[in-house]
Amino acid sequence: MIEIENVSKWYGDFQVLNHCSTAVDKGEVVVVCGPSGSGKSTLIKCVNGLEPFQEGKITVDGVSVGDKSTNLPRLRSQIGMLFQNFELFPHMTALENICLAQTKVLGREDDEAEERGMKLLERVDLVEHAAKHPAQLSGGQQQRVAIARALAMDPIAMLFDEPTSALDPEMINEVLDVMVELANEGMTMIVVTHEMGFARKVADRVVFMDEGRIEEDATKDDFFGTPRGDRAQLFLSKILEH
Amino acid sequence: MAMKYNWDWSILLCRSPEADPIGAVEPTTPGSGSTEFGGGAGQTFDTGAECAQPYFEWIVSGLSWTVIVASAAWVITFSLGSVIGVSRTVENRTVRAIATAYVEIFRNVPLLLQMFIWFFVVPELLPEDAGRWIKRELPLPEYWTAIVCLGMYHASRTAEQVRAGIESIPRGQTHAGLAMGLTRTQVYRYVLLPVSYRIIIPPLTSDFMGIFKNSSVALTIGVMELTAQSRQIAEYTFNIFEVFTAATLCYMTVTLIVVTIMRFVEARVRIPGTIALGGD
Repeated sequence: MIEIENVSKWYGDFQVLNHCSTAVDKGEVVVVCGPSGSGKSTLIKCVNGLEPFQEGKITVDGVSVGDKSTNLPRLRSQIGMLFQNFELFPHMTALENICLAQTKVLGREDDEAEERGMKLLERVDLVEHAAKHPAQLSGGQQQRVAIARALAMDPIAMLFDEPTSALDPEMINEVLDVMVELANEGMTMIVVTHEMGFARKVADRVVFMDEGRIEEDATKDDFFGTPRGDRAQLFLSKILEH
Repeated sequence: MAMKYNWDWSILLCRSPEADPIGAVEPTTPGSGSTEFGGGAGQTFDTGAECAQPYFEWIVSGLSWTVIVASAAWVITFSLGSVIGVSRTVENRTVRAIATAYVEIFRNVPLLLQMFIWFFVVPELLPEDAGRWIKRELPLPEYWTAIVCLGMYHASRTAEQVRAGIESIPRGQTHAGLAMGLTRTQVYRYVLLPVSYRIIIPPLTSDFMGIFKNSSVALTIGVMELTAQSRQIAEYTFNIFEVFTAATLCYMTVTLIVVTIMRFVEARVRIPGTIALGGD
């Protein structure tokens, strides 16, 4: 469903992505990991066109992202995205956050959007917080609202950009639980994360990146069993020590 | 202090003509009809008050013009400043360059000079018919000129505040908006502007007050606002202390009202659960 072919990207002279290629099938969960600055976040931001890239090709559901004629807003509305810092809109309540794109992008009526929003809040166990503003919610709660906000658009795939990195340890699980549920329901997901427990539990494949290159692209069992490259081994030993 | 000065606060009061034994000042005094000082009958508001002396009326009239000129200028400032401020943050280089040029020109030229340019130079640069229309047919040209000049001068400052407000919002917010399928325009409309206006309420407040205070510069092109009327009264009565004290108090009252209104607005739109945004 998502094909990334030979993608390269530069910031000025600095190459952030170096001939990256991989593909994600429908219903597949791919975890992207690697040291910071390795280009993981940049890569998934290329998938929905938030970051432009200079070389290569990315297609989502047959639509080429880099193509000038592509209706990017339309494409993006079909791909849910979660951010490290949640990025809920601070001046709107949780429910308003969930309804905004439903009404402005999909053209749903207000009551229809609200009904859908309340259902999704129920799903992430936050119904009683519907009228609260982001600043009144904990990090974990905010990220769950953000997940509900993404789901409200009925996405065909979801991108997660380090969704638990900004959370206190005790809140990580409440977010991971929702993500595991999504994975089990067959959502197509690309997840940038350091949560190797999550990767072990639900990932189909693990992609390891370093210095803008995809160094490993293996099934979960292969990756955790016998990582081929030294860098991947070193990385794993560092984050699995604890 | 050995200063010889005849204090007379009563010049500022409106004494009815019958009750006033002096009744000295004839109703044909300038400002209330003649054209000796300033621009004539259209310039002094008819406040409807029947007073023995015109000075109270002149103060009220001047204050009214100050409020009218400054408020109208503020409408220009706010709308134009928002457009320019937003333009300074968009991707299109040409739009950004034009907006930047606007800000630098209007911010870096003294207001007094701008006032003269708008009043004396611009009508000459326009096509002949338009220039003549401004000078001959437009009623109260100096007032319109002052409003446009003040509005455009302060718009450059408001634009900088709007730009700073937008740029203070983390990039992730724009990304989040775009990622859910909003267009850039929608991201501005629903996310960036509502948040940045809240952030910049305090500087917007001081700028709004600045417009009131700077409207006094308009006296140089003949706008009979508060400072001009005060000067006129001072010239007629020589009671400079009383009249400029009154003017000072008028300005302070107006700006205090502005501050109070903006505080109310600020509290009203404050985002629940935040201290940093919207203030507390």
